[in-house]
Amino acid sequence: MREPLIRVENIGKTFDAPGRLLRGNSAGGVRAVDGVSLAVDRAETVAVVGESGCGKSTLGRLILRLIEPSEGRVVFEGRDLAALSAREMREVRRQAQMVFQDPFGSLSPRRTVAQIVAEPLEVFGIVRGRRAMRDRVAEILTQVGLPAAAMDRFPRSFSGGQRQRIGIARAIAAGPSFVVADEPVSALDVSVQAQIVNLLQDLQAAHGFSYLFIAHDLAVVRHIADRVVVMYLGRVVEIGPKQQVYRAPHHPYTQALLSAVPQPDPDAPRQRIVLAGDVPSPSRIPSGCSFRTRCPLAQEVCARERPPLRAVKPGHAAACHFAEPSPLSAAPPSSSP
Amino acid sequence: MMPEPLLAVRDLVVDFGKPGAPLRAVDGVGFEVEAGGAVGLVGESGSGKSVTALSILRLIGAPGRIAGGEIRLQGEDLLALPAAQMPEIRGRDIAMIFQEPMSSLNPLMTIGDQVGEALLLHQDLDRAARRARVVELLGLVGIPDPASRLGAYPHQFSGGMRQRVMIAMALACHPKLLIADEPTTALDVTIQAQVLELMKRIRDTTGAAILLISHDLGVIAEMCERVVVLYAGRVVEDGEVRAIFHRAAHPYTRGLLQSIPRLDDDRHRLSQIPGSVPLPGRVKAGCPFLGRCGLRIARCAEQMPPLVEIADRHRAACWVTAGARG
Repeated sequence: MREPLIRVENIGKTFDAPGRLLRGNSAGGVRAVDGVSLAVDRAETVAVVGESGCGKSTLGRLILRLIEPSEGRVVFEGRDLAALSAREMREVRRQAQMVFQDPFGSLSPRRTVAQIVAEPLEVFGIVRGRRAMRDRVAEILTQVGLPAAAMDRFPRSFSGGQRQRIGIARAIAAGPSFVVADEPVSALDVSVQAQIVNLLQDLQAAHGFSYLFIAHDLAVVRHIADRVVVMYLGRVVEIGPKQQVYRAPHHPYTQALLSAVPQPDPDAPRQRIVLAGDVPSPSRIPSGCSFRTRCPLAQEVCARERPPLRAVKPGHAAACHFAEPSPLSAAPPSSSP
Repeated sequence: MMPEPLLAVRDLVVDFGKPGAPLRAVDGVGFEVEAGGAVGLVGESGSGKSVTALSILRLIGAPGRIAGGEIRLQGEDLLALPAAQMPEIRGRDIAMIFQEPMSSLNPLMTIGDQVGEALLLHQDLDRAARRARVVELLGLVGIPDPASRLGAYPHQFSGGMRQRVMIAMALACHPKLLIADEPTTALDVTIQAQVLELMKRIRDTTGAAILLISHDLGVIAEMCERVVVLYAGRVVEDGEVRAIFHRAAHPYTRGLLQSIPRLDDDRHRLSQIPGSVPLPGRVKAGCPFLGRCGLRIARCAEQMPPLVEIADRHRAACWVTAGARG
């Protein structure tokens, strides 16, 4: 089988609970990400969706090694990141970039646009010389839809959408093969969101990089993703090709999530599954299936046994005791225990 | 004859900045809310939707000021009332729910005391009756086991629960109008679904009218009967919800509806509105949407198109699509 660009194997992260040292107990800690495995192919967009606290942003940071995983590994172009030399890791850092949610907080207010966009080009020694640098920055700005004249201005003189373009220019400057975009359009006005979504797609078509697109907006994800990963309390509850996950979601959480999105059509049929209660705290994850406290289907077995991700169709899996493989499934029998 | 509307806002003008050089945040906004009705104010940042909502309660703080217009509640102009009379209106006749419940609740006061405070101000109840009413209100908004939660503080509640507490406070004195400013924007989608269902139930059971302010067209489509579209401080279109969503006339409304990704559709490319929302004070003569509009004609730069009726109870302000007659 062809090696994907990035393979994440059973990765997990536990953050120490605050005050744990003072209380002197060894229990606790916040289980932010728990046993997540996924792969991202070249030029593919994999979206990670879920509500606040589901671990989607932590997952993105673990994959880029902005934070160290508690367990599991990330394999980039066939090589385990933990085993790389400093020099090799530097090359991975060039190839794996990030676009942040907040176009106001993520750009230094004291640096010009040229300085911001040139930074990765300098750090990785891609462009040398002032003249060549300005030419290259101008080219990148044009690619993200900003005038070259923008380079001598400061972020504060730009609108939210334009700042997000600057953030994207910085992320693509060093020629990455993989970009983690963490809620890149959620802080933007509705009329500006479409511009940025289209820009991200155009850049991908031109450069062929892959996205890990982290978002809570399921309509945006439907538009941009090839595959979708649904997370709940640090775990993957469903993963599959976009069309299948949206048309035939198998996990009751995915079903509820999709039914909860208000439709911009007053005549849309509304058969909403309203979940009871709140997401439990990640420091007190329920036993067995972590969704069982809000699940309309929950039975005794759900508290006892944690459901594994099981294939319901080729490439489509759900972690629910009651998710039946589709009758048309061509999945080999070995994948459903 | 049409019955008098519960709320009528007419030609509202709100300025910020220095008196000599005002920045006009709201410029001639007008709309009505009928008793028991549900009206949505839709707009993006800088559209003036929140400023309009705050103006109704006269909660605009300096340097902002209401520079003109009328806000009539059952015929009485609130802008003409002495300021000292406004606290009586707030809470009793009109209650407001804000976007961020954590910053709208007092962190040092128990939930029970905060909900009880509204009752203390507006209703003559003894201590026991007040407590019973607080428990009833918290139960009404779906707080489980409300009697045991009276002594809890806001930080002990989740975001969704805090928003329920805000709604309980708003309902305390049976208001005729509930103004909800982005009530679910800070919430996760499954919690948003709970709060929207709650607001529908509240409207059905109490008969309170709702003025819902939102940037989310999905929320507006689901909750409202009438929609008012604001752009750069002006009403550019208003009408029944179906007319707005199925037969939008203004290029901004159309562009907005076409640019949002939909859950039931993954067309390869979204249509986009170029440019960004103008900042207050940057709008010159003519139509505020001019710089982003693909349909503009020479007249758009010279004259602001008036809001004209294009169909029954459906108005739009556009020289081109609404055939505005001037």
